[in-house]
Amino acid sequence: MTEPILQVRDLVKHFPVQQGVVFKKTIGHVRAVDGVSFDLNRGETLGVVGESGCGKSTLAQVLMRLEQPTSGSALFEGADMFGKKSAAELRSLRRDMQVVLQDPYTSLNPRKTVGDIIGEPFEIHPEVAPKGDRQRRVQELLDTVGLNPEHVRRYPHQFSGGQRQRIGIARALALKPKVIVCDEPVSALDVSIQAQVMNLLGELQSEFGLSYIFIAHDLGVVRHLSDRVAVMYLGKVVETGTEDQIYEHPQHPYTQALLSSVPVPDPSLRNRRETIRLSGDVPSPASPPSGCRFRTRCWKAEDICAEQQPELAVRLDGGELAPDAEQGHPSACHFAERNEHVVS
Amino acid sequence: MTDPGEGRQSTLSTGADAEGVDEVRRDSPQQHEGSPEVGSKPREKQRGLWGDAWLDLRRRPLFVIGGLIVLFLLAIAAFPGLFASGDPNAQDLSLAREGPSAEAWFGYDALGRDIYTRVIHGARASIVVGVLATLLTVLIGSLVGLVAGYFGNKTDSFLARFAEIFLGLPFVLGAIVILSVFNAGIEGAPGMLRVMTQVIVTIGVLAWPISMRIMRSAAIAAKQQDYVKAAKALGASHGRIIFKHVLPNCIAPVMVYATIALGQYIGLEATLSYLGLGLQNPVVSWGMMISNSQQYIISTPHMLLFPAGFLVLTVLAFVMLGDAVRDALDPKQR
Amino acid sequence: MSATDDGTGGSPKPRLLEVQDLHVEFRTREATANVLNGVGYHVDEGETLAVLGESGSGKSVTAQTVMGILDTPPGFATAGTVRYRGEELLSAKEERRRELRGENMAMIFQDALSALNPVYTVGFQIAEQFRFRRGMSRKDATAKAAEMLDLVKIPNAKQRVKEFPHQFSGGMRQRAMIAMSLALDPDLLIADEPTTALDVTVQAQIMDLLDELRRERDMGLILITHDLGVVAEVADRIAVMYAGRVVEESDAESLYKRPAHPYTEGLMESIPRLDQKGEELASIKGLPPNLADIPPGCPFHPRCHRAEEECRETVPELHELRAGRHSACHFAEELISRD
Repeated sequence: MTEPILQVRDLVKHFPVQQGVVFKKTIGHVRAVDGVSFDLNRGETLGVVGESGCGKSTLAQVLMRLEQPTSGSALFEGADMFGKKSAAELRSLRRDMQVVLQDPYTSLNPRKTVGDIIGEPFEIHPEVAPKGDRQRRVQELLDTVGLNPEHVRRYPHQFSGGQRQRIGIARALALKPKVIVCDEPVSALDVSIQAQVMNLLGELQSEFGLSYIFIAHDLGVVRHLSDRVAVMYLGKVVETGTEDQIYEHPQHPYTQALLSSVPVPDPSLRNRRETIRLSGDVPSPASPPSGCRFRTRCWKAEDICAEQQPELAVRLDGGELAPDAEQGHPSACHFAERNEHVVS
Repeated sequence: MTDPGEGRQSTLSTGADAEGVDEVRRDSPQQHEGSPEVGSKPREKQRGLWGDAWLDLRRRPLFVIGGLIVLFLLAIAAFPGLFASGDPNAQDLSLAREGPSAEAWFGYDALGRDIYTRVIHGARASIVVGVLATLLTVLIGSLVGLVAGYFGNKTDSFLARFAEIFLGLPFVLGAIVILSVFNAGIEGAPGMLRVMTQVIVTIGVLAWPISMRIMRSAAIAAKQQDYVKAAKALGASHGRIIFKHVLPNCIAPVMVYATIALGQYIGLEATLSYLGLGLQNPVVSWGMMISNSQQYIISTPHMLLFPAGFLVLTVLAFVMLGDAVRDALDPKQR
Repeated sequence: MSATDDGTGGSPKPRLLEVQDLHVEFRTREATANVLNGVGYHVDEGETLAVLGESGSGKSVTAQTVMGILDTPPGFATAGTVRYRGEELLSAKEERRRELRGENMAMIFQDALSALNPVYTVGFQIAEQFRFRRGMSRKDATAKAAEMLDLVKIPNAKQRVKEFPHQFSGGMRQRAMIAMSLALDPDLLIADEPTTALDVTVQAQIMDLLDELRRERDMGLILITHDLGVVAEVADRIAVMYAGRVVEESDAESLYKRPAHPYTEGLMESIPRLDQKGEELASIKGLPPNLADIPPGCPFHPRCHRAEEECRETVPELHELRAGRHSACHFAEELISRD
């Protein structure tokens, strides 16, 4: 097995909560991402799922260096991403990692033509394409994402949501990146359009050998595209494994509840499915519960859950750490137990 | 859903949206999907926002009319001799407050000076002060506002507080202080150029915070948009983001303000003259003419009417230009 | 034209709402969009009708027209009828319609935060209805409001009536909205994408709550959504909308088993499933039509894989195939009888 293209270790991002107008006083921290580790292999898609406030979007921003991490490290092709970087190193990192954002309406500058939007990466990184070649490259990219190359002079508002998302994808592809972070790329789209964009992402991956970090709240979408999945809750990864392990043999109660909450499009299963319903909402990430963060909504919670934070590790049924880490997949629950029946 | 043509209103397909009409705008070009659209040849050179805006502007009657009026006024300001041959300060008290006639189209003022000649000769001072003062305030204000809004945090706190100092000064008081300091120790009346420069700088120094605040709030809104995030992810420099992404999306409100401010500044010049701080005889300006007419409004309305009419025309022309440019810079309005 | 002529035949429950051949136009300076082009559906007492469609299909506009809260201009209802318990509403006086709103029919929206006024407490906003429409005293009304919050399972209701909307979480706000809409005990509730803005675990709670309340109060529920999963879990009947028309109407189970319209079929195939990892999703090609310029014939034909000459020329009417199964496709019979 080759070295992972991206290795993230104990990534932490806290946002200070401040009070006051002129003299700001920090009164606490929002623990948006609180110790996240994962590997991303070449050509693979890592799905990150979780509800709002679980930190998945912050994770994307930190990885894209749009936010500075509070602590932790990430190695891209073995080289540290966050240390003091020279401008040149940062630029080459930017070329290798790109992002597709959620909202196709605000992610494109309304006052630029599509040609300018997709051509901007070449202007920022002129070494990628000589000036005379750019127009052709832009049109090629439009063609790649399934848009009419003759539309370079149009403005974003002349396109539908799905088409705009394709423009955003073309922009991300322009610099031939190795990794694309997709932050909820299809959640603002209609079902029939969503499928088109997901298929496109799949095709591009095999064509260009891309690695994706695919962030979404829709579990079906994540399963469809991901090879491996990390489930996040309040800034922490609670369970991670292959797509099959997470969806067919979930061990963490939160994963099980999440899967069970997704409505299945089959009325004949109504009232026949065993369902787990969580009570209440996700607590505020500014003051997460002690110990296991899920304990306030967990039906298995006992005293130990409030006292001791369960680490993410391969566990046997019942929650003990497995002696042989090759068997099974990591989850962070004192009472981890397989439940194969949550998905229909 | 007050204006369904507005485009989208929120992230997901908001149920309460006037979905249908939203689609109309958004999807209208797709009817031609696949077939080359008339007028957009594939190899045509890209023009970008400003180029497209210029093309669009030339087709707008509002722009053409406004532009012609402005050109006309500029011509008057540059070559007043071409439009009126007399001396604006020639007096004939026997003609004082005569109404408009064939010899004197606009009539005579209280000192028996020909109002038409004075209006023509007054254009230079008024337009130069108005236009340059507007440019100066908007430039300073926008630049500071952009920097404050975009960088936020301490930069913003500092610049915003700094601007508030100027905003807190009563304009006239501030102007008196500045102009008296400039002109302390100078014997006699300073030259026209010197006074105009001083007036422009004074207005600039005291009025920039208003456009700064407008720009700042627009920049704060614009920098939170995802396209700014995307540009950062591409490695774009701050300068590039500010000028290519934030600025074009912030211009509209400042432009509207600038066209209104223009008229205001021409009036301010008059206020300063009235206080003995601005332009003095023999220099003529519309503002001075208007302020001189105040005692005669009832008895000799044409003394007010003609200079004020030109002022209104000037402001109107710039408002038309500003509106046209603002719309042309918004692709959705084309 | 309408699917509602006889419905399910000997329906035991009285008809609550009947929409027939509803046409709505949106007029703007540039164009007139035909947002609704003959929509028809009906809801009986105690029944859940799901209206399924993508953005631009007209599902929300229909609901707004039924409620009488459509913004005019730009929206104009140009033809059709809306009957509530037999009473024609489109031609009714505004006063009568206002009387019906809240008292007989109520609506909840996707964005509960903007639907609640941030400067008043949640309790005050619920109590308002009791005070002005039931003439209760402030104290009694507040006590009733607490009862309503309790009904929608907001813990600690007596305390929470005093709180402001921003102190509520997303799920709680939607519960408060439901409480507010049910305050005057309407028998028809229209829920417009009630869970779209919520997380799945909370969505499940809210859907359970809505279903339970409907059953307890024998209320008619119109659930407007784009989520095929949500529909499958709660709907009795489903109306699928496309380009301002109902293209298929059926009981839930048979619709999922065998869709009778290619659009419904396409929708079903384009959702990524939770229980299997597919290779490629079968997506519907193209885009929904421009409503100012809907293609002649079947509005779906440019995107339809089985479109033939007939589809380009004749608009297929919504017709009954089997008891309770309606489709607006020329090939519906083929679709439904294949196996």
